[in-house]
Amino acid sequence: MTEHEPELHNVAPGEPHDSMLSETISYVLGLGLALLLTGISFWVASTSVLWGPGVAVGLVVLAIAQMGVHLVFFLHITSGPDNTNNVLALAFGVLIVFLVMVGTIWIMAHLAANMGPTPEMTNIHLQH
Amino acid sequence: MSTASETPVVGLTHLGSEDTGLGNRGPESKAIVVPYGFWLFVLSDMVLFSTLFATYASLARATDGGPGPLQLFDRNLVAVETMALLLSSFVCGLAMIAAKRRNMLWTQGSLVVTGLLGLVFLFIELYEFAHMIGEGAGPQRSAFLSSFFTLVGCHGAHVTAGLLWLGTMMAQIWAKGFRQDIVRRLLCFSVFWHALDIIWVAIFTIVYLIGTLA
Repeated sequence: MTEHEPELHNVAPGEPHDSMLSETISYVLGLGLALLLTGISFWVASTSVLWGPGVAVGLVVLAIAQMGVHLVFFLHITSGPDNTNNVLALAFGVLIVFLVMVGTIWIMAHLAANMGPTPEMTNIHLQH
Repeated sequence: MSTASETPVVGLTHLGSEDTGLGNRGPESKAIVVPYGFWLFVLSDMVLFSTLFATYASLARATDGGPGPLQLFDRNLVAVETMALLLSSFVCGLAMIAAKRRNMLWTQGSLVVTGLLGLVFLFIELYEFAHMIGEGAGPQRSAFLSSFFTLVGCHGAHVTAGLLWLGTMMAQIWAKGFRQDIVRRLLCFSVFWHALDIIWVAIFTIVYLIGTLA
C-alpha cells in the first residue's frame, strides 16, 4: 500500500449517478426489462404451450432474474470496487434467505410425508 | 511503503504501520454509513419475509376443505397491482434524479405520483382482502389462508408504512429544503421502496402465479 494509490471510495446503495443521462437510462432500462420479465411470467403461467411440470421452475427463474434487474438498475448494486460492501451484505442476506426457505420447505415436506396417518394407525384406532 | 515521518500517525500500534483498521482515511462519511446501515436493515427485512414465504410454502395445500388459491385469486387484479407498484418504484427513481439536482417541482411531483401509485396498489390489495373475508375466506378459515394473510398482509403493512414515510419526506423537503440529512433520508426511503417491489416480485410469482397453475 502506498499513499499514491488512487483513492478507492464506497458508494451507498441506491445512490444516484453523477450523470443525469446515465441515471435516467438506468431507470428506463430497468423498467423495460422488469416489464418484459413480468409479462413473460404472466404469459408462462397462463399458456398451455409449455411443458406443464417445468412451468413452476421457469417462473422462479424469471422472478430471480427480475429481482436482479431491480437490484442492478433501481438500487444500483454493481460488481464495481466501490460496491463491495453492498454486495457482501447482499450475499449474506441471500445466503440466509436461501437457507431458511430451502431448509424449511425440505424439512416440512419430509415431516409431512413421515407424519401422515398410515393404514395401520387407522386400523389400531378402529380396533380400540 | 511510507515511513512514520511522512504520514501523520493516527492510532497506530507500531511505527511504520498504516493499518488503523479503518484505512487511511478513517470511517466513511454519514452519506455512506447511514444508507449502508439502512441497506442492512432492508436485507434483514428480506430475511423476515423469507420466513413468511417458507411458512406459506409449507401450508399452501392445507386448505382444510375450504377455498384454495384457484378459487380465490384473480390474476388480472394481481397484474394491475404489479404494474402499479413497478411504476411507483420507477417514478421514485425519477424523484431521486430530481432531488440530486435540487429541483423542488420535479421532486415533489414525482413523489406525489409515487405515492398515488402506491395507494392504487394498496386499495386493490385491501379490496382483495375484504372480498375474500366477505366470502368466508378470512385468515381464520384454514392454515393456507392464515399464512397467506400473514405474508401478503405483512407486505401491505410495509407499503402502508412506506406511504407514511413518503408523506413525511415530502413535508420535510418542502419545509427544510434539500439539506444533506433530508436527502439522506430520501435515499433511504427510495431503497426501502425499491426493496418492497423486489419482495412483491416474489409474492406475485410464488403466491399468485405458481399457486394458480392449472
